[in-house]
Amino acid sequence: MNSQSTVVEKRKSGRPPENAKNELKLELPSLSVNEGIARSLVSVFVSQLDPTFEELSDLKCAVSEAVTNSIVHGYKNTVGPVYITLKILKERTVKIEVRDKGCGISDVKTAMQPLFTTDPDGERSGMGFTVMESFTDKVTVVSRPDHGTKVTMIKTVEGVRR
Amino acid sequence: MRNSKAEVITVLDGHTMMISLYGDIDHHSAKRIRGEIDSSLYINRPKRAVMNMAEVEFMDSAGLGLIIGRLAVAEKIKCKLTILSPSQRVMKILDLAGAGRLVEIKQADDEKPSKAKSGKQS
Repeated sequence: MNSQSTVVEKRKSGRPPENAKNELKLELPSLSVNEGIARSLVSVFVSQLDPTFEELSDLKCAVSEAVTNSIVHGYKNTVGPVYITLKILKERTVKIEVRDKGCGISDVKTAMQPLFTTDPDGERSGMGFTVMESFTDKVTVVSRPDHGTKVTMIKTVEGVRR
Repeated sequence: MRNSKAEVITVLDGHTMMISLYGDIDHHSAKRIRGEIDSSLYINRPKRAVMNMAEVEFMDSAGLGLIIGRLAVAEKIKCKLTILSPSQRVMKILDLAGAGRLVEIKQADDEKPSKAKSGKQS
């Protein structure tokens, strides 16, 4: 994974520079209770864009799927860190990144197929990536076996018109 | 965190089991809810089971998995499963997987089986 350099924006006056973008970085252990906590945090962060109920629900659902994948597939029966980055890209566009250092996906294309599941018990729908793709504008999955998976989702919200 | 649960009520006629789901259905809560429903299904062996989803506040694809898994159990004990009153949000997930083809979906206010009600946007 790339190392990120932190750019410190200079303030000319007392106000933050125009191009400063809001961002929230989180690290949570891969415990299933954190699926709901991740949803709540996304909800709080995205609310600054005044999204509609539909848009907010879509984003909560998409992040729930990504975090669940990291917990269920990435770390399986182990516990490891799940990194979530929420960032406002433009005025109304939010980027959600969910990254783990789990087992990775050997065939991303197949894993993303609707109804594809590794579950032999018939208890999983295999619709996680389909939900992410349907509920956001763009989903990018980068994965390396034994190193981890990074899911990036971008969505522009129309927001509540005032 | 909201209390997500399945409340199972065996209805008067002795043939129909009512399963009411509450709160958030995700991978975390589905594990427990699944156990509660299955033990009731196996013990009561109803001819019909109605899964009332009116009080579900959130559901992701784990909810789909929950329904698909319960369908399989219902089939085993020759029980007909119906999904009752899914919200528009829940319906959006059900529609993604074409769940209407697998299971009967009804709204409380109409007796006819219904697919997604189009047009109503919040």
